[in-house]
Amino acid sequence: MNPILEVKNLTYIYSAGTPFEHKALDNVSFSVHRGEFIGIIGHTGSGKSTLMQQLNGLLKPTSGSVLLDGRDIWADKQQTRQARFRVGLVFQYPEYQLFEETVYRDIAFGPKNMGLSQEEIQRRVLEAAGFVGITQQQLQVSPFDLSGGQKRRVAIAGVIAMEPEVLILDEPTAGLDPVGRAEILQNIENYRKAKNATVMMVSHSMEDVARLTDRLLVMNGSKLAMDGPPQEIFSHAQALLDMGLSIPQVTQVFLHLQKMGLDVKNVYTIEQAVAECKRILGGAAHA
Amino acid sequence: MLKDITLGQFFPGSSPIHRLDPRTKLILLVVYIVALFLAKSWVSYGVMLAFLLVVIKISAIPPKSIVRGMKPVVMILVFTGVLNLFFTREGEVLVHFWIITVTSGGLQRAIFMMARILMLITGTFLLTYTTSPISLTDGLESLLNPLKKVHVPVHELSMMMCIALRFIPTLIDETDKIMSAQKARGADFENGSLMERANALIPILVPLFIGAFRRADELATAMECRCYQGGEGRTKMKILRYHRNDLKAFGTGAGVLVLVCILAAFGL
Repeated sequence: MNPILEVKNLTYIYSAGTPFEHKALDNVSFSVHRGEFIGIIGHTGSGKSTLMQQLNGLLKPTSGSVLLDGRDIWADKQQTRQARFRVGLVFQYPEYQLFEETVYRDIAFGPKNMGLSQEEIQRRVLEAAGFVGITQQQLQVSPFDLSGGQKRRVAIAGVIAMEPEVLILDEPTAGLDPVGRAEILQNIENYRKAKNATVMMVSHSMEDVARLTDRLLVMNGSKLAMDGPPQEIFSHAQALLDMGLSIPQVTQVFLHLQKMGLDVKNVYTIEQAVAECKRILGGAAHA
Repeated sequence: MLKDITLGQFFPGSSPIHRLDPRTKLILLVVYIVALFLAKSWVSYGVMLAFLLVVIKISAIPPKSIVRGMKPVVMILVFTGVLNLFFTREGEVLVHFWIITVTSGGLQRAIFMMARILMLITGTFLLTYTTSPISLTDGLESLLNPLKKVHVPVHELSMMMCIALRFIPTLIDETDKIMSAQKARGADFENGSLMERANALIPILVPLFIGAFRRADELATAMECRCYQGGEGRTKMKILRYHRNDLKAFGTGAGVLVLVCILAAFGL
Protein backbone atom coordinates (compact mmCIF):
# COMPACT_ATOMS: atom_id res chain seq x y z
CA MET A 1 0.00 0.00 0.00
CA ASN A 2 1.28 3.44 -0.85
CA PRO A 3 2.03 5.79 2.05
CA ILE A 4 -0.44 8.65 2.49
CA LEU A 5 2.27 11.07 3.65
CA GLU A 6 5.90 10.99 2.65
CA VAL A 7 8.52 13.34 4.04
CA LYS A 8 11.74 13.40 2.06
CA ASN A 9 14.97 15.03 3.25
CA LEU A 10 13.04 17.85 4.82
CA THR A 11 15.13 20.77 6.05
CA TYR A 12 13.71 24.00 7.40
CA ILE A 13 15.63 27.09 8.47
CA TYR A 14 13.93 29.93 10.34
CA SER A 15 14.88 33.51 9.34
CA ALA A 16 17.40 32.28 6.77
CA GLY A 17 20.02 34.86 5.90
CA THR A 18 19.67 36.91 9.09
CA PRO A 19 21.67 36.82 12.33
CA PHE A 20 18.70 35.01 13.91
CA GLU A 21 19.03 32.05 11.50
CA HIS A 22 18.05 28.78 13.15
CA LYS A 23 17.83 25.30 11.70
CA ALA A 24 14.60 23.79 13.04
CA LEU A 25 14.53 20.65 10.90
CA ASP A 26 17.57 18.87 9.54
CA ASN A 27 17.19 16.30 6.76
CA VAL A 28 14.12 14.55 8.17
CA SER A 29 12.64 11.61 6.21
CA PHE A 30 9.82 9.20 7.03
CA SER A 31 6.56 7.95 5.59
CA VAL A 32 3.14 7.47 7.10
CA HIS A 33 0.49 4.89 6.15
CA ARG A 34 -3.27 5.03 6.33
CA GLY A 35 -4.75 4.14 9.71
CA GLU A 36 -1.50 4.44 11.68
CA PHE A 37 -1.47 6.04 15.14
CA ILE A 38 1.88 7.76 15.47
CA GLY A 39 3.29 9.44 18.54
CA ILE A 40 5.86 12.21 18.19
CA ILE A 41 8.06 12.75 21.21
CA GLY A 42 10.98 15.06 21.74
CA HIS A 43 12.41 17.69 24.02
CA THR A 44 11.09 21.27 23.86
CA GLY A 45 12.66 22.95 20.82
CA SER A 46 13.53 19.68 19.09
CA GLY A 47 11.50 20.65 16.02
CA LYS A 48 8.21 18.79 16.67
CA SER A 49 5.94 21.79 16.19
CA THR A 50 7.82 22.93 13.08
CA LEU A 51 7.52 19.44 11.62
CA MET A 52 3.75 19.43 12.17
CA GLN A 53 3.32 22.72 10.38
CA GLN A 54 5.27 21.38 7.42
CA LEU A 55 2.88 18.48 6.97
CA ASN A 56 -0.17 20.57 6.03
CA GLY A 57 1.64 23.29 4.13
CA LEU A 58 1.63 26.07 6.72
CA LEU A 59 5.40 26.32 6.44
CA LYS A 60 7.32 25.83 3.21
CA PRO A 61 10.39 23.59 3.38
CA THR A 62 13.76 25.25 2.83
CA SER A 63 14.74 22.05 1.01
CA GLY A 64 13.24 18.60 0.64
CA SER A 65 9.59 17.80 0.07
CA VAL A 66 6.34 16.63 1.61
CA LEU A 67 4.27 14.27 -0.55
CA LEU A 68 0.57 13.72 0.05
CA ASP A 69 -0.62 10.63 -1.83
CA GLY A 70 2.55 10.82 -3.88
CA ARG A 71 2.09 14.46 -4.92
CA ASP A 72 4.19 17.36 -3.66
CA ILE A 73 1.96 19.63 -1.55
CA TRP A 74 3.88 22.66 -2.87
CA ALA A 75 3.47 21.68 -6.55
CA ASP A 76 0.81 24.38 -7.04
CA LYS A 77 -1.69 26.45 -5.06
CA GLN A 78 -4.41 23.86 -5.50
CA GLN A 79 -2.25 21.12 -3.95
CA THR A 80 -1.36 23.30 -0.95
CA ARG A 81 -5.00 24.12 -0.32
CA GLN A 82 -5.92 20.44 -0.63
CA ALA A 83 -3.21 19.59 1.92
CA ARG A 84 -4.72 22.08 4.40
CA PHE A 85 -8.02 20.19 4.26
CA ARG A 86 -6.79 16.63 3.99
CA VAL A 87 -4.24 17.03 6.77
CA GLY A 88 -5.99 18.48 9.82
CA LEU A 89 -3.82 20.27 12.35
CA VAL A 90 -4.87 20.88 15.95
CA PHE A 91 -2.52 23.34 17.64
CA GLN A 92 -1.57 23.47 21.29
CA TYR A 93 -4.33 25.00 23.41
CA PRO A 94 -6.70 25.08 20.42
CA GLU A 95 -9.48 26.61 22.56
CA TYR A 96 -7.72 29.98 22.15
CA GLN A 97 -8.73 30.05 18.48
CA LEU A 98 -12.53 29.89 19.08
CA PHE A 99 -14.28 33.01 17.82
CA GLU A 100 -17.85 32.35 16.66
CA GLU A 101 -21.11 33.19 18.42
CA THR A 102 -22.22 29.59 18.79
CA VAL A 103 -20.44 26.27 19.08
CA TYR A 104 -22.19 25.10 15.94
CA ARG A 105 -20.89 27.97 13.83
CA ASP A 106 -17.37 27.59 15.17
CA ILE A 107 -17.23 23.91 14.26
CA ALA A 108 -18.71 24.79 10.85
CA PHE A 109 -15.91 27.29 10.07
CA GLY A 110 -13.59 24.68 8.53
CA PRO A 111 -16.22 22.89 6.40
CA LYS A 112 -17.57 26.27 5.25
CA ASN A 113 -14.10 27.26 4.03
CA MET A 114 -14.03 24.01 2.06
CA GLY A 115 -17.04 25.27 0.12
CA LEU A 116 -19.39 22.41 1.04
CA SER A 117 -23.18 22.53 0.79
CA GLN A 118 -25.36 23.49 3.77
CA GLU A 119 -26.56 19.90 4.27
CA GLU A 120 -23.05 18.49 4.12
CA ILE A 121 -21.81 21.12 6.59
CA GLN A 122 -24.63 20.25 8.97
CA ARG A 123 -23.96 16.53 8.70
CA ARG A 124 -20.26 17.05 9.41
CA VAL A 125 -20.80 19.40 12.35
CA LEU A 126 -23.22 16.98 14.01
CA GLU A 127 -20.93 14.04 13.40
CA ALA A 128 -17.84 15.88 14.68
CA ALA A 129 -19.76 17.02 17.76
CA GLY A 130 -20.75 13.40 18.31
CA PHE A 131 -17.12 12.24 18.18
CA VAL A 132 -16.07 14.64 20.94
CA GLY A 133 -19.21 14.31 23.05
CA ILE A 134 -20.75 17.77 22.51
CA THR A 135 -24.54 17.64 23.02
CA GLN A 136 -27.26 19.18 20.85
CA GLN A 137 -27.98 21.89 23.42
CA GLN A 138 -24.32 22.82 23.68
CA LEU A 139 -24.18 23.42 19.92
CA GLN A 140 -26.36 26.49 20.34
CA VAL A 141 -24.50 28.16 23.23
CA SER A 142 -21.52 30.50 22.97
CA PRO A 143 -18.22 28.61 23.05
CA PHE A 144 -16.99 31.09 25.66
CA ASP A 145 -19.60 29.86 28.17
CA LEU A 146 -18.15 26.35 28.18
CA SER A 147 -15.58 24.90 30.58
CA GLY A 148 -11.92 24.57 29.57
CA GLY A 149 -12.17 20.90 28.70
CA GLN A 150 -15.34 21.42 26.66
CA LYS A 151 -13.78 24.33 24.75
CA ARG A 152 -10.86 22.09 23.88
CA ARG A 153 -13.26 19.46 22.53
CA VAL A 154 -15.13 22.04 20.45
CA ALA A 155 -11.83 23.20 18.96
CA ILE A 156 -10.83 19.63 18.11
CA ALA A 157 -14.28 19.05 16.59
CA GLY A 158 -13.63 22.12 14.41
CA VAL A 159 -10.76 20.25 12.76
CA ILE A 160 -12.42 16.82 12.77
CA ALA A 161 -15.42 18.34 10.92
CA MET A 162 -13.16 18.83 7.89
CA GLU A 163 -12.78 15.02 7.96
CA PRO A 164 -9.02 15.05 7.47
CA GLU A 165 -7.40 11.81 6.36
CA VAL A 166 -4.45 12.68 8.58
CA LEU A 167 -5.21 14.25 11.95
CA ILE A 168 -2.24 15.88 13.67
CA LEU A 169 -2.52 17.07 17.26
CA ASP A 170 0.01 19.05 19.29
CA GLU A 171 -0.32 18.00 22.93
CA PRO A 172 -4.11 17.71 22.85
CA THR A 173 -4.32 16.91 26.57
CA ALA A 174 -2.01 19.62 27.96
CA GLY A 175 -3.47 21.29 31.04
CA LEU A 176 -6.50 18.99 31.41
CA ASP A 177 -7.49 16.88 34.43
CA PRO A 178 -7.11 13.06 34.21
CA VAL A 179 -10.76 12.48 33.26
CA GLY A 180 -10.62 15.15 30.54
CA ARG A 181 -7.37 13.67 29.21
CA ALA A 182 -8.78 10.17 28.98
CA GLU A 183 -11.92 11.42 27.23
CA ILE A 184 -10.07 13.43 24.62
CA LEU A 185 -7.72 10.55 23.85
CA GLN A 186 -10.72 8.24 23.51
CA ASN A 187 -12.43 10.77 21.14
CA ILE A 188 -9.35 10.80 18.94
CA GLU A 189 -9.12 7.02 18.88
CA ASN A 190 -12.82 6.81 17.99
CA TYR A 191 -12.36 9.15 15.04
CA ARG A 192 -9.36 7.16 13.80
CA LYS A 193 -11.25 3.87 13.94
CA ALA A 194 -14.43 5.25 12.34
CA LYS A 195 -12.71 6.93 9.39
CA ASN A 196 -9.60 4.74 9.08
CA ALA A 197 -7.72 8.02 9.49
CA THR A 198 -4.07 8.46 10.34
CA VAL A 199 -3.39 10.17 13.64
CA MET A 200 -0.12 11.84 14.61
CA MET A 201 0.07 13.11 18.15
CA VAL A 202 2.77 15.13 19.87
CA SER A 203 2.83 14.26 23.55
CA HIS A 204 5.01 14.55 26.60
CA SER A 205 3.22 11.71 28.34
CA MET A 206 5.17 8.52 27.70
CA GLU A 207 2.32 6.54 29.28
CA ASP A 208 -0.17 7.90 26.73
CA VAL A 209 1.97 7.26 23.66
CA ALA A 210 2.94 3.80 24.94
CA ARG A 211 -0.67 2.83 25.42
CA LEU A 212 -2.20 4.34 22.26
CA THR A 213 0.29 4.51 19.43
CA ASP A 214 1.70 1.80 17.24
CA ARG A 215 4.71 3.81 16.15
CA LEU A 216 6.90 6.51 17.66
CA LEU A 217 8.98 9.24 16.04
CA VAL A 218 11.63 10.67 18.33
CA MET A 219 12.88 14.16 17.50
CA ASN A 220 16.17 15.38 18.91
CA GLY A 221 18.12 18.51 17.98
CA SER A 222 16.17 19.15 14.74
CA LYS A 223 16.80 15.58 13.56
CA LEU A 224 14.66 12.47 13.50
CA ALA A 225 16.56 10.41 16.06
CA MET A 226 14.46 7.23 16.20
CA ASP A 227 11.51 5.72 14.35
CA GLY A 228 9.88 2.48 15.41
CA PRO A 229 7.25 0.71 17.49
CA PRO A 230 7.03 1.78 21.17
CA GLN A 231 8.52 -1.43 22.57
CA GLU A 232 11.60 -0.96 20.42
CA ILE A 233 11.95 2.75 21.21
CA PHE A 234 11.52 2.26 24.95
CA SER A 235 14.15 -0.47 25.00
CA HIS A 236 16.68 2.31 24.36
CA ALA A 237 16.01 3.80 27.77
CA GLN A 238 19.43 5.35 28.21
CA ALA A 239 19.42 7.03 24.79
CA LEU A 240 16.01 8.57 25.54
CA LEU A 241 17.18 9.84 28.90
CA ASP A 242 20.22 11.42 27.23
CA MET A 243 17.82 13.34 24.95
CA GLY A 244 16.05 14.72 27.99
CA LEU A 245 13.09 12.38 27.53
CA SER A 246 11.81 9.68 29.83
CA ILE A 247 10.27 6.22 29.56
CA PRO A 248 6.96 5.07 31.05
CA GLN A 249 7.15 4.58 34.81
CA VAL A 250 6.18 0.95 34.55
CA THR A 251 9.03 0.38 32.09
CA GLN A 252 11.41 1.97 34.58
CA VAL A 253 10.22 -0.41 37.29
CA PHE A 254 10.71 -3.46 35.11
CA LEU A 255 14.15 -2.34 33.93
CA HIS A 256 15.06 -2.06 37.59
CA LEU A 257 13.70 -5.55 38.25
CA GLN A 258 15.91 -6.84 35.43
CA LYS A 259 18.92 -5.19 37.00
CA MET A 260 18.10 -6.92 40.26
CA GLY A 261 18.36 -10.21 38.44
CA LEU A 262 14.68 -10.99 37.87
CA ASP A 263 13.96 -12.63 34.52
CA VAL A 264 11.24 -10.28 33.20
CA LYS A 265 10.60 -8.97 29.70
CA ASN A 266 10.53 -5.29 28.76
CA VAL A 267 7.03 -3.90 29.23
CA TYR A 268 5.67 -0.47 28.46
CA THR A 269 2.00 -0.56 29.43
CA ILE A 270 0.21 -1.43 32.64
CA GLU A 271 -1.62 -4.30 30.92
CA GLN A 272 1.63 -5.91 29.82
CA ALA A 273 3.07 -5.41 33.29
CA VAL A 274 0.11 -7.17 34.87
CA ALA A 275 0.44 -10.08 32.43
CA GLU A 276 4.18 -10.31 33.07
CA CYS A 277 3.67 -10.24 36.85
CA LYS A 278 1.12 -13.00 36.59
CA ARG A 279 3.49 -15.06 34.47
CA ILE A 280 6.38 -14.69 36.94
CA LEU A 281 4.23 -15.26 40.02
CA GLY A 282 2.34 -18.09 38.38
CA GLY A 283 5.60 -19.73 37.38
CA ALA A 284 6.98 -19.34 40.90
CA ALA A 285 3.86 -20.93 42.39
CA HIS A 286 4.31 -24.02 40.24
CA ALA A 287 7.99 -24.37 40.97
CA MET B 1 6.32 38.13 8.39
CA LEU B 2 4.85 39.84 11.42
CA LYS B 3 8.17 39.44 13.17
CA ASP B 4 9.82 41.76 10.66
CA ILE B 5 8.28 44.79 12.32
CA THR B 6 11.18 46.77 13.78
CA LEU B 7 9.31 49.80 15.02
CA GLY B 8 10.31 50.44 18.61
CA GLN B 9 12.53 47.39 18.81
CA PHE B 10 15.40 47.35 21.27
CA PHE B 11 18.89 46.24 20.16
CA PRO B 12 20.72 45.09 23.27
CA GLY B 13 24.28 46.43 23.39
CA SER B 14 26.85 48.12 25.55
CA SER B 15 27.89 51.15 23.51
CA PRO B 16 28.33 54.51 25.29
CA ILE B 17 24.94 55.50 23.84
CA HIS B 18 23.30 52.41 25.33
CA ARG B 19 24.80 53.21 28.73
CA LEU B 20 23.59 56.81 28.83
CA ASP B 21 20.92 57.62 31.38
CA PRO B 22 17.49 57.29 29.69
CA ARG B 23 16.60 60.80 30.89
CA THR B 24 19.65 62.17 29.11
CA LYS B 25 18.60 60.48 25.91
CA LEU B 26 15.02 61.71 26.19
CA ILE B 27 16.10 65.32 26.81
CA LEU B 28 18.67 65.13 24.02
CA LEU B 29 16.02 63.83 21.64
CA VAL B 30 13.85 66.88 22.41
CA VAL B 31 16.86 69.17 21.93
CA TYR B 32 17.67 67.37 18.67
CA ILE B 33 14.12 67.80 17.36
CA VAL B 34 14.07 71.51 18.28
CA ALA B 35 17.42 72.01 16.55
CA LEU B 36 16.16 70.14 13.52
CA PHE B 37 13.22 72.54 13.19
CA LEU B 38 15.50 75.56 13.59
CA ALA B 39 17.76 74.38 10.80
CA LYS B 40 17.02 76.35 7.64
CA SER B 41 20.12 76.11 5.48
CA TRP B 42 22.48 73.61 3.89
CA VAL B 43 25.08 74.38 6.54
CA SER B 44 22.84 73.77 9.54
CA TYR B 45 21.38 70.62 7.95
CA GLY B 46 24.96 69.49 7.43
CA VAL B 47 25.71 70.05 11.12
CA MET B 48 22.64 68.05 12.17
CA LEU B 49 23.44 65.22 9.76
CA ALA B 50 27.04 65.03 11.01
CA PHE B 51 25.78 64.90 14.61
CA LEU B 52 23.32 62.13 13.75
CA LEU B 53 25.91 60.08 11.87
CA VAL B 54 28.38 60.34 14.76
CA VAL B 55 25.72 59.14 17.22
CA ILE B 56 24.81 56.21 14.94
CA LYS B 57 28.49 55.33 14.66
CA ILE B 58 28.98 55.36 18.45
CA SER B 59 25.79 53.40 19.09
CA ALA B 60 27.10 50.52 16.91
CA ILE B 61 23.58 49.89 15.54
CA PRO B 62 23.92 48.23 12.11
CA PRO B 63 22.92 50.90 9.53
CA LYS B 64 21.00 48.14 7.71
CA SER B 65 18.51 47.87 10.57
CA ILE B 66 17.97 51.62 10.55
CA VAL B 67 17.30 51.61 6.81
CA ARG B 68 14.87 48.69 7.23
CA GLY B 69 12.99 50.64 9.89
CA MET B 70 12.41 53.41 7.33
CA LYS B 71 10.26 51.25 5.06
CA PRO B 72 6.89 52.20 6.60
CA VAL B 73 7.51 55.93 6.07
CA VAL B 74 8.56 55.76 2.43
CA MET B 75 5.05 56.73 1.29
CA ILE B 76 4.92 59.79 3.54
CA LEU B 77 8.38 60.79 2.34
CA VAL B 78 7.45 60.53 -1.32
CA PHE B 79 4.21 62.43 -0.72
CA THR B 80 5.98 65.27 1.11
CA GLY B 81 8.69 65.45 -1.52
CA VAL B 82 6.25 65.58 -4.43
CA LEU B 83 3.97 68.17 -2.81
CA ASN B 84 6.82 70.52 -1.97
CA LEU B 85 8.49 70.03 -5.32
CA PHE B 86 5.48 70.91 -7.46
CA PHE B 87 3.60 73.41 -5.33
CA THR B 88 6.33 75.77 -4.25
CA ARG B 89 6.79 78.82 -6.49
CA GLU B 90 10.04 80.39 -5.35
CA GLY B 91 13.34 81.27 -6.99
CA GLU B 92 14.02 80.62 -10.64
CA VAL B 93 12.06 78.21 -12.76
CA LEU B 94 14.04 75.04 -13.54
CA VAL B 95 11.46 73.03 -15.48
CA HIS B 96 8.23 74.22 -16.98
CA PHE B 97 6.07 71.64 -18.70
CA TRP B 98 2.28 71.83 -19.23
CA ILE B 99 0.90 72.54 -15.71
CA ILE B 100 4.02 71.32 -13.93
CA THR B 101 6.47 73.91 -12.73
CA VAL B 102 9.58 73.06 -10.77
CA THR B 103 11.41 75.95 -9.17
CA SER B 104 14.80 76.02 -7.45
CA GLY B 105 13.07 77.05 -4.22
CA GLY B 106 10.71 74.11 -4.50
CA LEU B 107 13.54 71.69 -5.12
CA GLN B 108 15.41 72.95 -2.07
CA ARG B 109 12.34 72.83 0.12
CA ALA B 110 11.48 69.28 -1.01
CA ILE B 111 14.98 68.10 -0.14
CA PHE B 112 14.92 69.87 3.22
CA MET B 113 11.50 68.52 4.18
CA MET B 114 12.43 64.98 3.26
CA ALA B 115 15.74 65.24 5.10
CA ARG B 116 13.93 66.63 8.13
CA ILE B 117 11.44 63.75 8.27
CA LEU B 118 14.18 61.18 7.70
CA MET B 119 16.41 62.62 10.39
CA LEU B 120 13.50 63.04 12.79
CA ILE B 121 12.56 59.38 12.49
CA THR B 122 16.14 58.13 12.60
CA GLY B 123 16.66 60.12 15.80
CA THR B 124 13.61 58.63 17.50
CA PHE B 125 14.57 55.17 16.28
CA LEU B 126 18.01 55.59 17.82
CA LEU B 127 16.37 56.23 21.18
CA THR B 128 14.23 53.08 21.07
CA TYR B 129 17.02 51.01 19.52
CA THR B 130 19.46 51.83 22.31
CA THR B 131 17.10 52.04 25.29
CA SER B 132 15.14 49.13 26.68
CA PRO B 133 11.41 49.83 27.12
CA ILE B 134 11.76 49.44 30.88
CA SER B 135 14.47 52.06 31.30
CA LEU B 136 12.68 54.30 28.81
CA THR B 137 9.52 54.39 30.93
CA ASP B 138 11.68 54.72 34.03
CA GLY B 139 13.30 57.80 32.58
CA LEU B 140 9.99 59.21 31.45
CA GLU B 141 8.48 58.74 34.88
CA SER B 142 11.42 60.47 36.51
CA LEU B 143 11.25 63.39 34.06
CA LEU B 144 7.49 63.82 34.55
CA ASN B 145 7.73 63.58 38.33
CA PRO B 146 7.14 67.29 38.91
CA LEU B 147 3.65 66.85 37.40
CA LYS B 148 2.66 64.77 40.44
CA LYS B 149 2.31 68.10 42.26
CA VAL B 150 -0.70 68.86 40.08
CA HIS B 151 -2.12 65.36 40.60
CA VAL B 152 -1.14 63.81 37.30
CA PRO B 153 -0.92 60.02 37.90
CA VAL B 154 2.61 59.83 36.53
CA HIS B 155 3.52 56.47 38.02
CA GLU B 156 0.32 54.82 36.81
CA LEU B 157 0.79 56.24 33.33
CA SER B 158 4.35 55.00 33.08
CA MET B 159 3.30 51.60 34.41
CA MET B 160 0.62 51.38 31.72
CA MET B 161 3.11 52.31 29.05
CA CYS B 162 5.59 49.78 30.38
CA ILE B 163 3.02 46.99 30.30
CA ALA B 164 1.84 47.96 26.82
CA LEU B 165 5.40 47.85 25.47
CA ARG B 166 6.12 44.60 27.25
CA PHE B 167 3.15 42.86 25.62
CA ILE B 168 3.76 43.91 22.00
CA PRO B 169 6.05 40.95 21.22
CA THR B 170 3.73 38.57 23.11
CA LEU B 171 0.72 39.70 21.13
CA ILE B 172 2.61 39.50 17.84
CA ASP B 173 3.53 35.91 18.69
CA GLU B 174 -0.06 35.17 19.58
CA THR B 175 -1.36 36.70 16.34
CA ASP B 176 1.03 34.50 14.40
CA LYS B 177 -0.23 31.43 16.22
CA ILE B 178 -3.91 32.26 15.76
CA MET B 179 -3.36 32.98 12.06
CA SER B 180 -1.70 29.60 11.60
CA ALA B 181 -4.52 27.85 13.47
CA GLN B 182 -7.21 29.50 11.34
CA LYS B 183 -5.26 28.85 8.14
CA ALA B 184 -5.17 25.20 9.17
CA ARG B 185 -8.98 25.39 9.14
CA GLY B 186 -8.89 26.76 5.62
CA ALA B 187 -9.11 30.49 6.35
CA ASP B 188 -7.76 32.56 3.47
CA PHE B 189 -6.21 35.94 4.25
CA GLU B 190 -4.55 36.63 0.92
CA ASN B 191 -7.29 36.34 -1.68
CA GLY B 192 -10.73 37.82 -2.17
CA SER B 193 -12.29 41.26 -2.33
CA LEU B 194 -11.68 43.98 0.23
CA MET B 195 -14.89 43.04 2.02
CA GLU B 196 -13.97 39.35 2.15
CA ARG B 197 -10.54 40.16 3.47
CA ALA B 198 -11.97 42.40 6.17
CA ASN B 199 -14.30 39.58 7.15
CA ALA B 200 -11.37 37.16 7.22
CA LEU B 201 -9.90 39.25 10.04
CA ILE B 202 -12.72 38.41 12.46
CA PRO B 203 -11.41 34.90 13.22
CA ILE B 204 -8.08 36.52 14.18
CA LEU B 205 -9.29 39.59 16.05
CA VAL B 206 -11.86 37.92 18.31
CA PRO B 207 -9.45 35.34 19.79
CA LEU B 208 -6.73 37.99 19.98
CA PHE B 209 -8.90 40.38 22.02
CA ILE B 210 -10.14 37.60 24.27
CA GLY B 211 -6.54 36.54 24.82
CA ALA B 212 -5.49 40.11 25.63
CA PHE B 213 -8.30 40.45 28.20
CA ARG B 214 -7.39 37.10 29.71
CA ARG B 215 -3.75 38.16 30.02
CA ALA B 216 -4.72 41.49 31.54
CA ASP B 217 -6.84 39.68 34.11
CA GLU B 218 -4.03 37.28 35.00
CA LEU B 219 -1.53 40.11 35.21
CA ALA B 220 -3.79 42.11 37.51
CA THR B 221 -4.21 39.09 39.80
CA ALA B 222 -0.47 38.46 39.83
CA MET B 223 0.22 42.11 40.69
CA GLU B 224 -2.32 42.09 43.49
CA CYS B 225 -0.84 38.88 44.88
CA ARG B 226 2.44 40.77 45.17
CA CYS B 227 0.65 43.60 46.99
CA TYR B 228 1.25 46.11 44.21
CA GLN B 229 -0.23 49.46 45.17
CA GLY B 230 1.11 52.09 42.80
CA GLY B 231 3.75 54.74 43.20
CA GLU B 232 3.23 55.68 46.85
CA GLY B 233 6.23 54.63 48.92
CA ARG B 234 7.68 52.46 46.14
CA THR B 235 11.45 52.13 45.85
CA LYS B 236 13.39 51.21 42.73
CA MET B 237 15.83 48.42 42.15
CA LYS B 238 17.79 50.47 39.64
CA ILE B 239 18.06 54.08 40.74
CA LEU B 240 18.74 56.46 37.86
CA ARG B 241 21.92 58.47 38.27
CA TYR B 242 23.68 60.86 35.91
CA HIS B 243 27.30 59.97 35.13
CA ARG B 244 30.23 61.76 33.49
CA ASN B 245 29.15 60.54 30.07
CA ASP B 246 25.71 62.12 30.54
CA LEU B 247 27.41 65.44 31.24
CA LYS B 248 29.43 65.12 28.06
CA ALA B 249 26.30 64.23 26.11
CA PHE B 250 24.45 67.25 27.48
CA GLY B 251 27.43 69.44 26.54
CA THR B 252 27.46 68.11 22.99
CA GLY B 253 23.71 68.52 22.63
CA ALA B 254 23.78 72.09 23.93
CA GLY B 255 26.70 72.82 21.60
CA VAL B 256 24.80 71.59 18.55
CA LEU B 257 21.69 73.55 19.53
CA VAL B 258 23.64 76.77 20.07
CA LEU B 259 25.53 76.28 16.80
CA VAL B 260 22.28 75.84 14.85
CA CYS B 261 20.79 78.90 16.62
CA ILE B 262 23.80 81.04 15.73
CA LEU B 263 23.71 79.82 12.14
CA ALA B 264 20.00 80.66 11.99
CA ALA B 265 20.67 84.12 13.42
CA PHE B 266 23.14 84.77 10.60
CA GLY B 267 20.54 83.60 8.11
CA LEU B 268 22.42 80.43 7.25
